[in-house]
Amino acid sequence: MARKTAEEFAKEQKEISVSEFFEKNKHLLGFDNPTKSLLMAVKEAVDNSLDACEEAGIVPDIIVKIKNVKEDVYVVSVQDNGPGIVKDQIPRVFGKLLYGSKFHRLKQSRGQQGIGISSVTLYSQLTTGEPTRVWSKIESQKKTYYVELHLNTVKNEPDILKQEDIDKDILGDSGVKVDMTLHGRYRRIVEDYLKYTSVSNPFAKITYTDPNGVKTIFPRSHNELPKQPKQMKPHPYGVEFGTLQRMLNNTSSRTVHSFLTNEFSSVGNQSAKEICKVAKVDEGKKPSELDRAMIEGLMKAMQKVKIQRPPLDCLSPIGSAELEKSLKKEYQNAEFVTTINRDPEVYRGFPFMIEVGIVYGFQEEKKEENGKKKKKQEEDEDDRNGETIELIRFANRVPLLYQQSACSLTQAVKEVDWKRYNLDQKGSNLPSGPMKLTVHICSVWVPFVSESKEAVAAYPEIIKEAKLALQDAGRKLSIYLSGKRRAGEQKRRIQIFERYSGEVAHALSILTKRDAKPIEKKIRELVETKKHFKGEDEQEEEDSKQEAVQEEDEGEDKPKTGGKKEDKNKENKKK
Amino acid sequence: MLMVVFMTRNVKDELERLGEKIIREIDKGENPNIEIPIRTLSNVVFDQKTKQLSLGDKTAKRYYFNVAHSKKFMQTLMVASFAKSLIDEKIHTSIRDMYYNLKRTLPDSNENTFDEQSESDPIIVDLEVAIDVLREQLHLTTDRKGIVAGNVRIEDRGDLIDWSKLGSGGWSIPSTVDEVDFKKVDAEFVLVVEKNAGFERLHEDKFWQKQNCVLIGTGGQPSRGTRLLIQRLNDEYKLPVYVMTDSDSYGFYIYSVIKSGSINLAHVSDRIATPEAKFIGLTVSDIFDYDLKKAIIKCKEVDIKRAKELLEYDWFKKPKWQKEINLMIEKGIKAEIEALSHRGLKFMSEEYLPQKLKKGDFLD
Repeated sequence: MARKTAEEFAKEQKEISVSEFFEKNKHLLGFDNPTKSLLMAVKEAVDNSLDACEEAGIVPDIIVKIKNVKEDVYVVSVQDNGPGIVKDQIPRVFGKLLYGSKFHRLKQSRGQQGIGISSVTLYSQLTTGEPTRVWSKIESQKKTYYVELHLNTVKNEPDILKQEDIDKDILGDSGVKVDMTLHGRYRRIVEDYLKYTSVSNPFAKITYTDPNGVKTIFPRSHNELPKQPKQMKPHPYGVEFGTLQRMLNNTSSRTVHSFLTNEFSSVGNQSAKEICKVAKVDEGKKPSELDRAMIEGLMKAMQKVKIQRPPLDCLSPIGSAELEKSLKKEYQNAEFVTTINRDPEVYRGFPFMIEVGIVYGFQEEKKEENGKKKKKQEEDEDDRNGETIELIRFANRVPLLYQQSACSLTQAVKEVDWKRYNLDQKGSNLPSGPMKLTVHICSVWVPFVSESKEAVAAYPEIIKEAKLALQDAGRKLSIYLSGKRRAGEQKRRIQIFERYSGEVAHALSILTKRDAKPIEKKIRELVETKKHFKGEDEQEEEDSKQEAVQEEDEGEDKPKTGGKKEDKNKENKKK
Repeated sequence: MLMVVFMTRNVKDELERLGEKIIREIDKGENPNIEIPIRTLSNVVFDQKTKQLSLGDKTAKRYYFNVAHSKKFMQTLMVASFAKSLIDEKIHTSIRDMYYNLKRTLPDSNENTFDEQSESDPIIVDLEVAIDVLREQLHLTTDRKGIVAGNVRIEDRGDLIDWSKLGSGGWSIPSTVDEVDFKKVDAEFVLVVEKNAGFERLHEDKFWQKQNCVLIGTGGQPSRGTRLLIQRLNDEYKLPVYVMTDSDSYGFYIYSVIKSGSINLAHVSDRIATPEAKFIGLTVSDIFDYDLKKAIIKCKEVDIKRAKELLEYDWFKKPKWQKEINLMIEKGIKAEIEALSHRGLKFMSEEYLPQKLKKGDFLD
């Protein structure tokens, strides 16, 4: 075989377009398997709709429909009442990978997780050949614009297959509807995703129709949009070499000093001077003139110098009261709901905040008088007490449904000692009990473990904060449970005394030759006064173990040494 | 006779009084309770002079309005009322019958009044010590066990019975000995024999006639009825009681049960002990003194273990007993009553026992 030369190799090299790359590496976009792929389609579209509505100041109304048109082929349809998308933008939004404004900003946003709806367009056309269909209506236009498009993988550009203005009123004043036809598998996880999204976005109304035609409405529990998160300038502690280098090249500041004070948060005159001093870099130098060594020096100095924490008002949490209301709306059977939020904290220069919610206990609706059914209820409760709690994680208001064990939020839950809060917990596992636990981290930059962005990375500051929040919530739960236990004990106490009253009255009537009924009545009256009696708290009786009521063979039988012995003992033992 | 009738009426009154007390407490809105002497070690008193163990004065109240006590309170009243019914209707029943009779499911639940007989049995003891009666007086019985012969006439449920005129048999001892009326007791002491075989031998030899005693065979562990009979004979007729058992740990244990107050607290609470009983034989020393070495049996490990346990019992902490038991452990030997036959079939009734009685050779 002839050896190839470098030149020949060079001829074969060619540019691989981004979309060609992703075509062959779908899992990198999150399309690991058919179930997840379907979920991704819903997720991307819903995220987009929520973002659009929020940014336009519109309280979102989202309609999701999933239809099973052929075996393993589904149409995912998502419609919103957002501002709509301008005609020109639509093709690139839906048909070009890595197109968008979110990537460059340091601002709390949903979109960090997804690579964008274009990935769904790509996946759809790869698996079914079908185009993505988009309807868009903006307020200023009378007609609705309709377009069908593909993604050209070689050029990473949209291919418009059809476009027209239509009269039909599909979207009201404004909004976007997108239909995607793709290969997937429908599982409950889609509905769970929408349910959790409703929990973390209490201001959104989501109407969902599943492949069986069953319609579920997740109503809003809050009528106002949350305050919009502010964009933040990067903080020195969170900057990486490449970013710093790029910033230096792109800045309009004329000196390093003004570069530092202008482009970073929390860097004032003094801090900037200090950084330059420690880095041994002339503060008056032009930013673009810094060489590699100086940039490195600057980076190191930025980490070393004590700088104030970044501003914390750039975050937009769900809100303690809003989350509580939202959870109560979603889990109406719950006995007890509580929420906790902590103050914002910082990890590596990025502000973040943890919110925790606990939903505990499930009340049965039926009122059973029959003792047997009551017993079953107690048994059911015992069963549920043995089940592991349901942990629901969120990052920037987006539910994280995969990689639970790799997530540091999960780790934080496991590291809390839940036994102190009256839950069972074996070792350092998740606790068990009839409980749902929501943990939400919002940040200008949520750190993920891998590209699939389902597990939060384990920064000590994050784990610490999460544990503190969980412990706060645990304490509240514990107070509720002790109260419940006390109430339960009171109930049990009354149950016991009433239960035995009949026999006691009957026995007394035999002993004293009186009528049993008035005695029983009197006892029950005493029970109902609920008063605490003297002698009620005396300890559990010591069982006198030395009872020898059996008269025969109180000791062991003498072992036979020959000849008839006391066999009769054994017969007599049966009374 | 009068005493027996009086005792029975007393028990009825006691039960009624218990009921009345509870009702009074209910009417007053107080927490009804039954006061029961405590039967754990903390309330056992050892009288140095009489060397007796007995229950002290400590009591505990079993309350109705107390989640931990309530069920037992109910059970205690149930047993009490059951006993009252038996007495009223002049019938007796076994403790197991009582358990079945009282076992019911409580309303609105899966809970039973009693789940096992092991629940109702201790309640009987509670009631016994609470109102100071014997369960036989509550008309709760057990099977007959034990046999007696002698110059004694009794009245038992209206029948006159002569213990000297029962042929080859003897009178079978019931548990309701408290209801027996002694008409005539012509004896100087009581001899209690562990084994039926021993009783048979001595009965055939008319030992009770020749020695003028009451002869009792316990048939192994002495039943409550037997123990009560022994106690009554000792208590009411001041007859000395001598116990004869095999020379082994079990035999010594049987002796201590009759004498009571030593092995375990149940006997402290059953109050049918005969503290003045003495041990006549077969001692370990007897094996040597009466030349019975050919009839010995080698001790097994369990025998030695049991003997070592006996050494620790308060009652056997006397020098003579310690000597005997240590001798048994040291030599690793034991012997049955029948060993005496080695010296002749009538040796026991004509030589061994008479000699012992004459010499006063007893262990306390």
